[in-house]
Amino acid sequence: MSEHMKLYEVFIRSRRGLDHKHVGSLHAEDPAQALEYARDVYTRRSEGVSIWVVNSSDIVASQEGDCESFYDPLDDKPYRHATHYQLPDEVNNM
Amino acid sequence: MTTEHHEQDLAALEQRFQARIDAEEKIEPKDWMPEKYRQNLIRQISQHAHSEVIGMQPEGNWITRAPSLHRKCILLAKVQDEGGHGLYLYSAAETLGASREEMNQALHDGRAKYASIFNYPALTWADIGAIGWLVDGAAIVNQVSLQRTSYGPYARGMVRICKEESFHQRQGYHIMMTLARGTAEQKAMAQDSLNRFWWPSLMMFGPHDAESAHSAQSMKWKIKRQSNDELRQKFVDQSVKQAEVIGLSIPDPDLQWNEQRGHYDFGDIDWEEFNRVINGDGPCNRQRLAHHVKAHEEGQWVRDAISAHEAKKRQRNDRQAA
Repeated sequence: MSEHMKLYEVFIRSRRGLDHKHVGSLHAEDPAQALEYARDVYTRRSEGVSIWVVNSSDIVASQEGDCESFYDPLDDKPYRHATHYQLPDEVNNM
Repeated sequence: MTTEHHEQDLAALEQRFQARIDAEEKIEPKDWMPEKYRQNLIRQISQHAHSEVIGMQPEGNWITRAPSLHRKCILLAKVQDEGGHGLYLYSAAETLGASREEMNQALHDGRAKYASIFNYPALTWADIGAIGWLVDGAAIVNQVSLQRTSYGPYARGMVRICKEESFHQRQGYHIMMTLARGTAEQKAMAQDSLNRFWWPSLMMFGPHDAESAHSAQSMKWKIKRQSNDELRQKFVDQSVKQAEVIGLSIPDPDLQWNEQRGHYDFGDIDWEEFNRVINGDGPCNRQRLAHHVKAHEEGQWVRDAISAHEAKKRQRNDRQAA
């Protein structure tokens, strides 16, 4: 499929104040076209107020299988959570 | 375009901008915004970021001297969090077109400030408790309010920070509680620390509303959602009970419940001290800044090595492609 146009990932901000969320991808010749296609396909029912398109090849991703060696979930460090600290009831809403 | 036309356009843009703010809509990076709004935000967010990073110093100072391995782990994790908070905030400021180098330079030149509280030394282990309980506590009151600030990236950064901040305050209070329940000496150490940190903590909220240089415009633009005095009152009200529960007393003879207001009345803040410290003459101002400059300069070889490595890699790839 080498004749395919470049792949773009599409991110949409559903409402002001919220982060852009990944919604899918599409092929396009250039970024401007990708933006128009994204509008045509992904925002047909007022899904958003702002669209980002990014070349899929520009996305660098970690692999879930590498979790353990790449980033330790630190389950052995419960003191990083607020609930670790037992406080008297009267002030426990801290 | 004539100047007159230009001014009309500008007025229309400003009107639309304010209408959006009045309707509780967030402003996002690519939106049109008044230059003053942008500058005001860059100033506030970068100073907030500097505070997170400079704030690592008084606490970092105690990592090697924490009284147990457990407390040392906690303190390490907390100081690491603060570094991360600095990053969230610098990135939010960068969405407004400020560069990291400019912000750093402004800090080093003394043009940009940071929370005056970090110019006080952490003299005893109890100070690590007081900093978590009071300083982070005051920061949380401020930051909870800022979750509703009008600039989207700042508001979202605040949500992220608040989520992590609650552990900071609780671990600090837990240190104070443990000391207060310990020997007479330990309890005295906790009380001494509260005595030294109480007033500077109240100063963290800034000048009284009437004297605050940026307040009125910031409230209109909803960069700030509650005034300095409102936030300070909230902090006092919540802290009184917290001190009581662990048997410590707040060093303010004028502190008293006011039935009519439904709040605690409290004594006058020493604004002379506040001005002295914020303008460079606190106990540790020079030390804090010198340390930051030194760390930055000593890190230069790391940044150089990274870009040298990048250049080499690029060269190698180009050769292979050719």
